[in-house]
Amino acid sequence: MHDLLFLVPLFPLVSSIVLLLLAGRLSPMLVALLGVGSMGLAAILTLLIGIEFMDMGGESFQQVLFNWLPIAGASLNFGLHLDQLSLVMMGVITGVGWMIHWYAAAYMFGDKDVQRFFVYMNLFVFAMLMLVLGDSLVLLYLGWEGVGLCSFLLIGFWQHKADNVVAAKKAFIVTRVGDTAMMIGLLILFSEFGSLHINTIVESTVQVSQSNLWLACILLVGGAVGKSAQLPLQTWLPDAMAGPTPVSALIHAATMVTAGVYLIARMHPLFLQVEGILNIVAWIGALTLVLAGIAALAQSDIKRILAYSTMSQIGYMFLGLGALAFDAAIFHLMTHAFFKALLFLTAGSIILKMHHQQDIFKMGGLFRSLPLTSTFLLIGLLALVAFPGSSGFFSKEAILAATYEAHTAGPTLWWIGVLGAFLTSLYSFRLLFIVCFGPANHDLKEADYKPSSQFVVPLLPLVTLAVIGGFISLDFSLVFGPAHHPHLPLWIEWMPVAVALVGFILAWVLYFPRRSMQPSDGVISRFCRDGLGFDWLYERLFSKPLQLFARINKSDVIDHFYHFVGWFNFSLNEILVISQNGKLRWYLFGTLAGCALMLGGLLWWR
Amino acid sequence: MMSVPIEHGFVLVALLWAIGLVGLLSRKNTLFMLMSMEIMLNAGALAFILAGSLWQQADGQVIYILILSIAAAEVGLGLALLIRLRQHIGDLNIDKLDEMKG
Repeated sequence: MHDLLFLVPLFPLVSSIVLLLLAGRLSPMLVALLGVGSMGLAAILTLLIGIEFMDMGGESFQQVLFNWLPIAGASLNFGLHLDQLSLVMMGVITGVGWMIHWYAAAYMFGDKDVQRFFVYMNLFVFAMLMLVLGDSLVLLYLGWEGVGLCSFLLIGFWQHKADNVVAAKKAFIVTRVGDTAMMIGLLILFSEFGSLHINTIVESTVQVSQSNLWLACILLVGGAVGKSAQLPLQTWLPDAMAGPTPVSALIHAATMVTAGVYLIARMHPLFLQVEGILNIVAWIGALTLVLAGIAALAQSDIKRILAYSTMSQIGYMFLGLGALAFDAAIFHLMTHAFFKALLFLTAGSIILKMHHQQDIFKMGGLFRSLPLTSTFLLIGLLALVAFPGSSGFFSKEAILAATYEAHTAGPTLWWIGVLGAFLTSLYSFRLLFIVCFGPANHDLKEADYKPSSQFVVPLLPLVTLAVIGGFISLDFSLVFGPAHHPHLPLWIEWMPVAVALVGFILAWVLYFPRRSMQPSDGVISRFCRDGLGFDWLYERLFSKPLQLFARINKSDVIDHFYHFVGWFNFSLNEILVISQNGKLRWYLFGTLAGCALMLGGLLWWR
Repeated sequence: MMSVPIEHGFVLVALLWAIGLVGLLSRKNTLFMLMSMEIMLNAGALAFILAGSLWQQADGQVIYILILSIAAAEVGLGLALLIRLRQHIGDLNIDKLDEMKG
């Protein structure tokens, strides 16, 4: 069964290519069947491979498919690498991805570009699988760029609206900053280790100078920060919500944005060799999770709230990575994929029922009109705030406990994490109360509420996993070393739950809609709504100077040189043209004078 | 027989050539320019004769015959051109033929 590993990424790729080549010739039903079916096959195959993998004790497995780039001295194979880490990632991508594709088939039904949509979606899954299965950093980078491209294409999927195109460009350019950093990091690693094969680098005994390794690691963190929307490259994620909601669920919540977490976890032996780098990772995560939590509090767009929440949860993952709790970070990645995909898909259902209304202040009272969807929303939010027993509880607990103890993190960061838990609870229940309770602020009739089974069925596995996903025990002992269970005082373990409860009560007091709610419009809330001024800052810092430079250089300074060359030749021509006056005797004189000069010169210089 | 020094011959050549040149440059009338050119050609032919007698070679005289026949052909062509010129612009002023200027 292991030998069939290559089929897992191949299914979505083939489906994507078939859909691309047969554009416009397939019925929408067939398109959906192909797009979702290929994901289903990949997911089932992943399950079978996973079962056999467990049976064999979790030994890592390599599959070299072909010689990809035969470079002298450093031949590069196109090989897949399966171990406990990539298996979990593969499971999340294909499993959650399958459900999201299924949901998307219903969500996008009737859109005239549904075929293009599934081309991109399947291609994305292929690229993401290459990212996690690749056995070399080059292959990982291939997937890394592939998911970036698909993300760009899908954010701007409805390209007839200018805002979407701007958001797509922003996402592409901002992540590109990180990608470039990562590329440079890869080149440094190649020059140091002479190979980009992950196992070769990780197990290498070559003595590498600490400063070069630090540089390579910080550049890799740069790439991870860009892709995972962490400080300071986080500004693209809220705007990325311009894409269709299933895209937000798959790419901007469950899989692509967690690629940075995967990258650091995959390269963790390298990070462990460098003093101080994991502290930086932890601080990035901690700052992001608080800032994103504050920004989420002021949003009025349901998808932007979830986007900031995603940013915040990935901040927890980075905190976990920084606190040496790689297994907890990946665990949180998995549970987050479950409940955040669920949240996005329920949000998609609500948005669709509200006729593409995304403003939470225009919803209200949905518990009465959409009981099932609202229940799903509640379950997802409970997992998000780490309600004891839900999936998010176990993973967030593990991260926070490890943070308290780790020598790279410590109690300060733990307190920041607890503050984040409080903020999470506050914005989650704010969302819930405003959307689901109080008077209805919309004018939809009861007939609009007919639930469709196609929207509900894919959510059921996600609901189940959001609830019990925490009981899945992941074994990373062969990748990250034996699991470490810190023994902490009881109050530390229960503190996040306590602050979440405080957040719940505060949200009840502040946001429970007793009357028709209006978004506050003070200076502070506007500041928070705009993502704490980062867009403003970057515009002043980068966009404006570049625009200014472009304006100054509008006539292209370099061009002046070439303009001069042209001008010089024209002027010379005009001068010489005077001598061509058509008078035969002038020409004769010129010829003779020339002869005389040459003859004279010849005699003179002899 | 009293022989003329060879240098005198060459001085004559130079004088003839210079007279032809000055005529060529100073005259506007195409007929006179043609005549000046004949003088210059004859100066060249005389130079060949002188060189032939200096080195006691017959080649000089051969070239003289050649130049003479070329001059005859040239005069034939030149006079034909002159007639065309007269028909075209009414007189023989060479400066009126300045249409091909830059």
